[in-house]
Formats: sequence, structure tokens, C-alpha cells
Amino acid sequence: MSASRPVRDGLFRDCGDGTARLLGARCADCARYHFPRAEVCPYCSCDSCSAADLGPRGRLWLYTAVLRPPPGYRGVVPFGFGVVDLEEGVRIVARLTEGDPARLRSGQPMLLVVEHLHDDDGTRVETYAFAAAEEG
Amino acid sequence: MSGAVEIAGVGLHRFGRFDGTSVVDLGLVAVRAALADAGLRRGGFQAAYCGTVYSGVAAGHKVLTALGLTGVPIVNVEAGCASGAAALDLGVGAIRSGRYDCVLVFGMEKMPAGIIRSSFFEPWREEAGLAVTPAYFALRAQRLMRESGVTREMLADVSVKNHRNGVHNPDAMFRKEFSVEQVLSSALVCDPLTLFMMCSPNEGAAAVVLRRGGRGGVEIAASALRSHLPGSVLGEHTPLSGLIDDTAPPPTSLAARAAFEEAGLGPGDLDLCEVQDTDSARELNSYEELGLCGVGEAGPYYAAGHTQMGGALPVNASGGLLSKGEPLGASALGGIVELYRQLRGEAGARQVDGARVGLAHTVGRGANASVVILKR
Repeated sequence: MSASRPVRDGLFRDCGDGTARLLGARCADCARYHFPRAEVCPYCSCDSCSAADLGPRGRLWLYTAVLRPPPGYRGVVPFGFGVVDLEEGVRIVARLTEGDPARLRSGQPMLLVVEHLHDDDGTRVETYAFAAAEEG
Repeated sequence: MSGAVEIAGVGLHRFGRFDGTSVVDLGLVAVRAALADAGLRRGGFQAAYCGTVYSGVAAGHKVLTALGLTGVPIVNVEAGCASGAAALDLGVGAIRSGRYDCVLVFGMEKMPAGIIRSSFFEPWREEAGLAVTPAYFALRAQRLMRESGVTREMLADVSVKNHRNGVHNPDAMFRKEFSVEQVLSSALVCDPLTLFMMCSPNEGAAAVVLRRGGRGGVEIAASALRSHLPGSVLGEHTPLSGLIDDTAPPPTSLAARAAFEEAGLGPGDLDLCEVQDTDSARELNSYEELGLCGVGEAGPYYAAGHTQMGGALPVNASGGLLSKGEPLGASALGGIVELYRQLRGEAGARQVDGARVGLAHTVGRGANASVVILKR
């Protein structure tokens, strides 16, 4: 089995059950969640944030598709691109595994997964993405 | 009026593609034209501010070196699409403060075609396919369609309107009319946006000479520059996350409120606007963010024809960025040059009759937004 690496360390965690969690944090002062994880709250500048995993369930808000490879991107196209609202009150801009906007609808349940981007010298490079989930 | 600032002269190098011409050469044309227009061909300004993004170290110095006009403070300013407006804001502030009586403000850029590769994005975001600016534009467009009564045809029609206006602008890159059908059937970039709904990054330069006011010239009634507040995921700061409960006003609204207050004017006092139309949806967003119409009303407001030539408030009489293209450092000052010409009745076939008050808006990477109000 080939080795894999995340596109950047510290962004997400593969739960091994087909889902992933985003590595975020919660501010001790304003109680809001943010992603990616940082020591200083990006909303209120308080410096006492504690680690919090975010996801995996959310609802799709806005979506489109990227049809041609953007600068510096080596993976396949088309791919979906959209905004998913998580239960924690965080809105995530992310890749969507569905590359055809006609097959998506606003408000539909989404699940955070690990997605294969491309191979780098035999190493599988992975990132986080949202996939359409069953209603429920 | 104490603290008043007016425009002494303007200059432009037309926007387009100029192979074999350096960015300094473009800047030289605009600066020399503005200095000549102001009657300052061999200097007389006490500071210079140059807006540019991709021109490298001390680019503004190179322009003034070539003219033998160095020795004064020269500051190069980068604020994304608002770089030229940020340079202008520094110049206005310097005169208002009493520090200088006359300053030169210019902006210039030479950019490759296509999606801009920006050092704004970390390498991993590029690798993950998240450094895709047009997709953010598309999400904003979809939101307008859902919440503001905007249709695909309307997105196309904004491009039709601006290209129709641009036919009469000799400084524009594209001087050709298109139909709604042609815009809709051009290549899909990111649904719902097609190629002809997007502006082209290109090349050009613009310059403005500012002086202490009171001599009866076109006056800077307000200049406001603002960055984004945290919260929104759809801003030009292109974040990875934000808040669902997002009540933060966008930087354009912050700048507009400040500018209207400074000028003692409101949207109803405007005769024309030059607004950021990086894509068609951005222009419609700007209507709401500037307060030209209410939130959620961009669609019906556009459909009523107010922003067409001959309407109550023509927007982008110059043809906008959709016709002119967008040389980042120069584009905001291009809007100022257009308003100056309009307020002086020098805009030829695209003249807005009797224009006395105009607003120029830019918003871009950072995020930075600027709103400048000119009056005569």
C-alpha cells in the first residue's frame, strides 16, 4: 500500500470510517469556532482558544464547479467548490466531490470526507472535501 | 474650505496589451500626461504615491527617475485591486493634514492573461485547488440569484451594458458590443459565470495630480479606504471559513458609509458611479453594498434600468473593467480619471449630461475597498 500525506499538516484528521474532521478551535471568550486552528481567535483577537474537531455533518449553502485547473493545481477537473454550514455554526469554503452543480441543491446534507488530490512521487496527496450525504 | 483637495490634472495610458512595453514605460506616459495637464511638466509636487501589485521593488521610483523628478518622498503602495485608491487616499490625507500642497498619485500594472496566480495564496491552497478566485465570484453570483432577484440573463446584461458603454471609450481594451445570447453562450468559467461576464487582467497606467483645493477645480469630496471585518466567507479576502451568523458589513459598505458621511452626501446626490465590475455579479453586489439600493434589491434595481446610460444613476459609463480590463495598480485611478472627465464635461459620446457628483469604487484582494466621491 502506498504512503499518503495530507496536502498540509494540521488541517484535518482521517477518522478511518470514511469520514474526516476539520482541526479547528473554539474561543474561550466569544465561544465561536474557527478553522484552520489558530491560537488567536480570528473574530475577537482573544488568545485563549482550545482545539476542537469540526464536522463531519453539514448542509450545503452555495456551490459551483471548477472546470479548468487553477494555478498550481495538479489534480483532476472538474471538481465542485462550495460553502457548507457545519452544526458548530462555522461556514466552510471547500472542495465538493460532486463536480456537476446540476446534481447539487442548497440545503442538502453533506459529509466531510478525505479526497485524493494527486500522487506526488508515489505518495498519495489528500485533502478534505464535502460529499453529498443521505437525508437523515 | 479648509482641508479641501482638488484634482489639478489627470493622465492615462490606455488599458490593453502592449508587448515590448515595460510597466515603467506605461507609467511614464500616464505621469507625463497628468503633470502636463496640471501645468507641472517639470515637477512641483512634494510627494508621490504609486499603486502597483506586480511591478517589483521600487517601481514608482523608476518612473520618476526617468523623468529626473526624484528627491521627494516616493511611496509604493500595494492593496490589491484597490492599490491605486490606497495611493490616492494617502495623497489626499497628506494634503488635508497640511503637510503638502501638491502630490502626484499614479498607478500602473502589467499582468499576464487568465486567472491571476497570486502570492496571496499559500502553496498548499493552490495544490488543493482552493486558490480559485473565479469560483468565489461564482458563489457570490449564486447568492445574488437566490437572495436578490438576479437572473442569469441579468448577469449577462450587465456585461452587455458595460461593453455598450465601452464602445465610446478610446482608452478601453474591448470596444465591441455583445448580445445577451453571446455572453450567455461564451465559455462557462464557473457556473453561473461565463467568460464574457469576467474582466481581463491586463496592462495600463493612470495618474492624478492633487493640490490644495479652493481653486474651483473638481474636488475630492471624500476618500475612504476600509478592509474587511471577520465573519463573511464571500469577501475578497477569500477565507477558508467564516460564520453562519454573519452580520459583518462588507468593506465596501464600511467605505461607502465613511465616504458619504465625509462628503455630507448620500446615494441620492450621485450623478454617476464607476464601480468594481471584476465580474458582472460584482457590479450588482456593489449596488447593494454601496447603498444605491437596499439589500436583496439588486435584481429589481438593475431591471428598472437606473444604471443604464440615460438612467437616474449611470454605472460604469466608461465601460467598466469589463470593457477596459483590469491593470490592478491602475484600475482604481482609471475610475477617478473617468469621473474627472465626466464632471468636466469632457467624456465625449459617453458623457453623462450635467454630471456634478460622481462615486468611484474598488474592492479587491486583502480585502480592501475604497470609495471616492468627486464633485464640482
